[in-house]
Amino acid sequence: MNSFRLHWRKSLNLVMLTLTGVAAFAVVSVLFLILGYLVYNGGKSLNWDFFTKLPKPVGETGGGMANAIIGSLKLLFLAALMGLPIGLMAGVYLAEFGGKTFSFIIRYTTDLLNGVPSIVIGIFAYSLVVLPVKHFSALAGGVALGVMVIPITVRSTEEFLRAVPGSMREGAMALGASKWRTIATVVLPAASGGIVTGMLLSLARVAGETAPLLFTAFSNRYWSPGWEQPVASLPVMIYTYAIAPYDDWHRQAWAAGLILLGLVLVANLGCRLVLSRWGASRSA
Amino acid sequence: MSTAATIDRAVPPPAGPRAFIARLRHGDEVAHVLTLIFAAVILLLTSLLVFELWINSQLSRAKFGWMFFWTKVWDPIFGNFGALPFIYGTLVTSVVSLVIAVPLGLAAAIFLAELAPRKLSDSIAFLIDLLAAVPSVIYGLLGIFVVVPIMRTTIGPFVKRTLGFLPIFQGPNYGVGFLTAGIVLAIMVVPFIISVSREVLLTVPREQREAALALGATRWESTWQVVVPWARTGIFGSIFLALARALGETMAVTMVIGNDPKISASLFAPGYTIAAVIANEFTEATGNLYLSALIELGLVLFLMTFILNGLARILIVATERGGGHP
Repeated sequence: MNSFRLHWRKSLNLVMLTLTGVAAFAVVSVLFLILGYLVYNGGKSLNWDFFTKLPKPVGETGGGMANAIIGSLKLLFLAALMGLPIGLMAGVYLAEFGGKTFSFIIRYTTDLLNGVPSIVIGIFAYSLVVLPVKHFSALAGGVALGVMVIPITVRSTEEFLRAVPGSMREGAMALGASKWRTIATVVLPAASGGIVTGMLLSLARVAGETAPLLFTAFSNRYWSPGWEQPVASLPVMIYTYAIAPYDDWHRQAWAAGLILLGLVLVANLGCRLVLSRWGASRSA
Repeated sequence: MSTAATIDRAVPPPAGPRAFIARLRHGDEVAHVLTLIFAAVILLLTSLLVFELWINSQLSRAKFGWMFFWTKVWDPIFGNFGALPFIYGTLVTSVVSLVIAVPLGLAAAIFLAELAPRKLSDSIAFLIDLLAAVPSVIYGLLGIFVVVPIMRTTIGPFVKRTLGFLPIFQGPNYGVGFLTAGIVLAIMVVPFIISVSREVLLTVPREQREAALALGATRWESTWQVVVPWARTGIFGSIFLALARALGETMAVTMVIGNDPKISASLFAPGYTIAAVIANEFTEATGNLYLSALIELGLVLFLMTFILNGLARILIVATERGGGHP
């Protein structure tokens, strides 16, 4: 009786522990399945036209997504222009100046903003930029992505500034530097590697966002000069092409998916490797 | 010069706005105020977000009131809007995704925190973080072209053969629907459950495990009866985080759920979620009431994720501060 129970406990132990291992490897294998699928399907349909040509009119095969690639870059540029300074300065405030209550409020709000579904951010940018001027624009898309960049930048900036040893601040102050000089010439440069990496990670995250662009930047099958016209972007093109009933569009959606995933993963891989060598943070 | 500054600082600064302006002449106060302004911008943006959602949903809130949440009709032509099918679809897909993702994620987290050697655990966690970085439209792309066909030919028929007696698994299987959306969502949220749960499990003191093992528990018993209960608050936190993600997820769901505003008991039936209807109909919303109803849906979604994220944060912080164990 007793030996039976022991036997049962030992078998349960073995079975459950094996299952946990299987679960871990199953999840990791999903990453490789996704990669493999995109490389296979996307690689087949990727060609030079994809990077250099405009989309063809509906019904014609061929063409590319040159305008969407440039469009995505334009949107990211706007997002960086708007989101990074706010994120950086707020991060400096939290790490170097912040009082207790106000810092808590800012940190809490930042987390809240980080958790807002991206489609809701889209509605926000729509009512802020699109409603007053009554047309979709690159600017509206940039605002939507910029808002999403802020919380990630704030948290990573704060984290890396806090990782700078206090002795460096004290050293600078002891030499007679004022607080802002200490921050600007000693603390920020010391943390700059981590801060810049954190910024790149936040841009990599919004680079793949589709939902907030659907009704802000909208899309465009032509070039869109300037900032006040609707503009195409890779994620929105993937969405539009994937749900359309044309085989040639599906082919191009795979190609665009491969490019987008490649960019996002390479940026993530690079940044995370730099960060882990910095050894400062696991969660940025 | 530096001594003078230090002596200045040693005297307690006088209060009042005039003194504050006097202190502004030092560079420090300028820098302080400047960064403070940028920090306040975040507060302003977030309040503005809530404000815009509230103001722009005014029409719909005034016309439908609380009935908005109990009406099943979504009829843009006659201007009747009810949120119930979308709330139902959002909840059902999220619950399905959690039913799949929680056991899978918790098991994987246990493996990474309790069994795997630290190096292996770190590299797998690294890969899982990469998985979390994959854009949702990519999941949608794979959803349409990979998961939907498999659902139609393999998973669907299999589930029907084995569990077909349950009402939730009856009715025709189109490939798109609640179950497919739930499966895709599960794949998307599982990395969050794993990485947060792993961190929480790693904070459980070593003595807890050793004590259980010393009493003769097997490795699994020590994990399941001692370590996991110790970390359970944090694990619940990770589940709430995942739920908040699943509720707000837009693209992948829009691409595989079938986009049909109906309430069906069957998980094979096509449905609709809040995020999906906003994504699909926002640009073609004709008339202010239609737009206002969609924005009210956005407000509902915002509030749902707001509450969940708040709860998740409290639970995770509580565990990491020394055990959620009573």
